[in-house]
Amino acid sequence: MKKAEAAEEASELPKVEVSRELRLDLENIASGLYSPLTGPMTQNDYQTVLAKGRLSDDLPWTIPILLDVAYETAKGFKEGDTVTLVCEEEPFATVTVEEKYGWDKETHCKAVYKTTDPAHPGVEKTNGMNDLLVGGPIMVFNESPGKYPRYRLKPRETRFLFKEKGWRTVAGFQTRNAPHIGHEYVQKTALSFVDGLFINPLIGKKKAGDFTDEVILESYEALIQNYFLRNSATLVTLEMEMRYAGPKEAIHHAIVRKNYGCSHFIVGRDHAGVGDYYGPFEAQEIFEDYPDLGVMPIFFRNFFHCRKCGGPQNEKICPHGEEDHENYKGRVMRQLLREGKRPAETQMRPEVTDAILRHSKPFVE
Amino acid sequence: MTEDKVAVMIPRELYQKIEEKIAGTSFTSVEEYVMLKLENEFPDETEYTEEEEQIIRERLRRLGYIE
Repeated sequence: MKKAEAAEEASELPKVEVSRELRLDLENIASGLYSPLTGPMTQNDYQTVLAKGRLSDDLPWTIPILLDVAYETAKGFKEGDTVTLVCEEEPFATVTVEEKYGWDKETHCKAVYKTTDPAHPGVEKTNGMNDLLVGGPIMVFNESPGKYPRYRLKPRETRFLFKEKGWRTVAGFQTRNAPHIGHEYVQKTALSFVDGLFINPLIGKKKAGDFTDEVILESYEALIQNYFLRNSATLVTLEMEMRYAGPKEAIHHAIVRKNYGCSHFIVGRDHAGVGDYYGPFEAQEIFEDYPDLGVMPIFFRNFFHCRKCGGPQNEKICPHGEEDHENYKGRVMRQLLREGKRPAETQMRPEVTDAILRHSKPFVE
Repeated sequence: MTEDKVAVMIPRELYQKIEEKIAGTSFTSVEEYVMLKLENEFPDETEYTEEEEQIIRERLRRLGYIE
């Protein structure tokens, strides 16, 4: 069915209201970013994702993509029906209901977040979801322009872009921060053995204290313009919610970057972590279980500024002791910036600092 | 062996190392593992129609990703 026909038909169908975040997930399915998913998960896939971190056909997948529906709403349709999905009063997709099923939130949280602590943002969100799930293929007929259309590309476009640039190998870099020099050196170290760097900040719902999306984009533009070789790095947004699921989310992030066309994916310390729910290198260790991921993880430990070396170093290359090392402390830099002060130039590039301080409110409140 | 496949020899020691590496994973054979690694090295190129190429190239140019 063509999109125009689907849109017309949708007006006559039962409707399910979904959140902005779920709409993004469903659009990511439609664009191929969540390939091989074709819709919110059916029970079989959901259960194997929880139990094994794989879909029912054994392909790697670690984060359940779920369409939750209230019992009252679900009474309005049965399996086999097509339902219209609506976000903020705007119909945007249909789902063919393959299955309606219940779920156990505690089991879900233990499997995905490794905790049932309601203080964990993923657990908190799960606890607030409806008690019934709907799985089945979707068709998106009305795609949102995205928060930053200028930076939003689909996988077919990024793959084309890489080809046009002549990049055979591409390292994907996930971020939700403005870059300090430690980030830059992780990226440049990766770039020394791949053709291109794909900087892919995550745009979407974040927690208080995170940099705002505008600040992240502008600070990366400043870094790329001033400190990267022309044509060696590109900046594309990823509109997707952070789950803070640590290791499970690291695998999800890698799959998404593979779908964008990346050959490699950079995984740093405490990737997608929050609080102390996960060990600092757990998000790297999980890749051992996924030799069939189809994208090569590149693991980095911390870079630090070494006073004796006079620049960024890491523990594999610097012979000096801890007394000569200054860690790149994101928290300290954020505190300085919050007070309108500039981090040292050995910690953050001045152009990046300028880009951040141009904003009166650089952090999510 | 099917007609559209050819045999490649690898040292037995390497074969055994791969066998050990994939034990307990979803790989069912050394061949499957080696195939995946090689496919990663030589990925299928995404195919585009001429019309799609033109549309994507124009959009990328307009957004400043290519010149």
